[in-house]
Amino acid sequence: MAIHLTKESKILVQGMTGGEGMKHTRRMLAAGTNVVGGVNPRKAGRTVDFDDRQVPVFGSVAEGMDATGADVTVVFVPPAFTKAAVTEAADAGIGLAVVITEGVPVHDSVAFLAHARRRGTRVIGPNCPGLISPGQSGAGIIPADITKPGRIGLVSKSGTLTYQLMYELRDIGFSTCVGIGGDPVVGTTHIDCLAAFQDDPDTDLIVLIGEIGGDAEERAAAYIRDHVTKPVVGYIAGFTAPEGRTMGHAGAIVSGSSGTARAKQQALEAAGVRVGRTPTETAREVLAVLDA
Amino acid sequence: MDLYEHQARELFADHGIVVPRAEITSSPKQAREIARRLGGRVVVKAQVKTGGRGKAGGVKLAADPAAAEITARQILGMDIKGHVVETVMLARPVDIESEFYVSYVLDRAAGTFLAIASAEGGMEIEEVAATRPEAVARVPVDPAEGVTPAVAARIADAAGLPARTVDVLVRLWDVLVREDALLVEVNPLVSTRDGQIVALDGKVTLDDNARFRQARWGDEAEAGHDPLEAAAAAKGLNYVKLDGEVGIIGNGAGLVMSTLDVVAGCGARPANFLDIGGGASAQVMADGLSVVLSDPAVRSVFVNVFGGITACDAVADGIVRALDTVRLTKPLVVRLDGNNAQRGRALLDERAHPLVEQVTTMDGAASRAAHLATTP
Repeated sequence: MAIHLTKESKILVQGMTGGEGMKHTRRMLAAGTNVVGGVNPRKAGRTVDFDDRQVPVFGSVAEGMDATGADVTVVFVPPAFTKAAVTEAADAGIGLAVVITEGVPVHDSVAFLAHARRRGTRVIGPNCPGLISPGQSGAGIIPADITKPGRIGLVSKSGTLTYQLMYELRDIGFSTCVGIGGDPVVGTTHIDCLAAFQDDPDTDLIVLIGEIGGDAEERAAAYIRDHVTKPVVGYIAGFTAPEGRTMGHAGAIVSGSSGTARAKQQALEAAGVRVGRTPTETAREVLAVLDA
Repeated sequence: MDLYEHQARELFADHGIVVPRAEITSSPKQAREIARRLGGRVVVKAQVKTGGRGKAGGVKLAADPAAAEITARQILGMDIKGHVVETVMLARPVDIESEFYVSYVLDRAAGTFLAIASAEGGMEIEEVAATRPEAVARVPVDPAEGVTPAVAARIADAAGLPARTVDVLVRLWDVLVREDALLVEVNPLVSTRDGQIVALDGKVTLDDNARFRQARWGDEAEAGHDPLEAAAAAKGLNYVKLDGEVGIIGNGAGLVMSTLDVVAGCGARPANFLDIGGGASAQVMADGLSVVLSDPAVRSVFVNVFGGITACDAVADGIVRALDTVRLTKPLVVRLDGNNAQRGRALLDERAHPLVEQVTTMDGAASRAAHLATTP
């Protein structure tokens, strides 16, 4: 088991024939992910060669699902077309849409997330690295070769911080790592992942990585206090970020007294979460909890 | 991107919302002219992108054109919470009967927009919400439906606003959607003695992600006045200038934020935020190094890269090539970890640049860079 993605997952890639789509589809296939097709209405009917695999291109998500039984789509299309791509996938009834695209207008995200919710499609992202269940499947751009399968679940807003922790804890290994994305509005939250990890029999401990901006970490802390019995270890980035300046992610901005790293750390610690001061110290905390 | 009040006012007017007659200027002499045109008596308002203007003395009433010139001279150049006033807006005063608050804000938790309205305008809405929460109505807006007259009537009703505000609520939603704004706020929205509803002061935050389809704001770069930030922006780098002495270069926004924290934890102050992204090509590394090294406050540079999507040997190759084009003037501490870390480190060792040293852990490298920057 794992959360949201297993070796049974059949994956479509919207935007597979673009530069990023090609590069990362090749990597997903190399990692053993079951990519069953790409979607591009202008290239429907062709196949794309990825080393030893021929991957068909379909004209629509619905067509791809009919032909292959796909249940996950990974979206690499440019920001201007992301809303249409996710809306199409939700209309086709896909279970999970992983939106990698960075720079999607927030009004578009608000619209496609509301639509997907109504259609029962889970969205991860936008502006996220995707998710990976090591040894089983990876949907997105998280490198597959920096860790191994194991029993830690990880949820994070940030890509490279996720990779850092995956690597530091590579000898223990992970059930699933989810990068939920750094935009102000995302489809899957820390809380959604905490709930799924709590219910996953193959996850023993949860690592939660947050960063400045919004109050998602504070709400996650309240959820942990009330609903999570598995140990949680946390890390927060952005203690030195000045007020009113965006730090890379569109959502990473401290406005007034809200969204500070200190407030998030305090909320998590009050909920019994051990919070590391550096990524390396966070990894050490995980080892200490597992050894206890 | 936040807009100035006068820009917000212009947007409101374009969408049919009544605003006071007003003009902007940077010259006290012109302020006198403008006041004369507006009828003599004017409100002089500092144009800064921060709250608390009134308390800081940035908003004043002037009785006649001569007073307007004197007041404008006082306010121009004023420092309000670190923002220097370069422009003032002169507005014709409005005969106020009652004041309201209305806004549409992004509700991150719910993933949608929220209408916030109160019959107690003019004050800080946070204060009203804290002391008298029942006086502030919060109504979620379904993005598919938007704010129709019926929805606007519900918002007005929930907040106890007069029915005459419904039209403004609908038009304000139009501003939010058409302009790709993340926040539109009118505070106060006033009802005048002659029965008009007027947006007296406003705040608008636009979505930077939507610039590609909002041509109007194309030249209004957020980059600010910092020359280093302008130079970085010209090279397409994601750079924010800070006040310290350790230059920071890393890949990925989260890792770079974390790097700043770890350096600060070692007793030094980071000089900047610079995310060169997952790719980390030689060109981007060279551009990044040249911007960071041109900051006179920088005393050491910490390059912190995790090789995930791009392996460490490719990153090391980028650094080695960058060293051929950028003249290194300050010590460079490099930490490479992740895929092909050994090969990457070997490549840098082979280059054997006297100012480059490698530390294999992030915490150790941060400590070394902090030491180099703080030791006389």
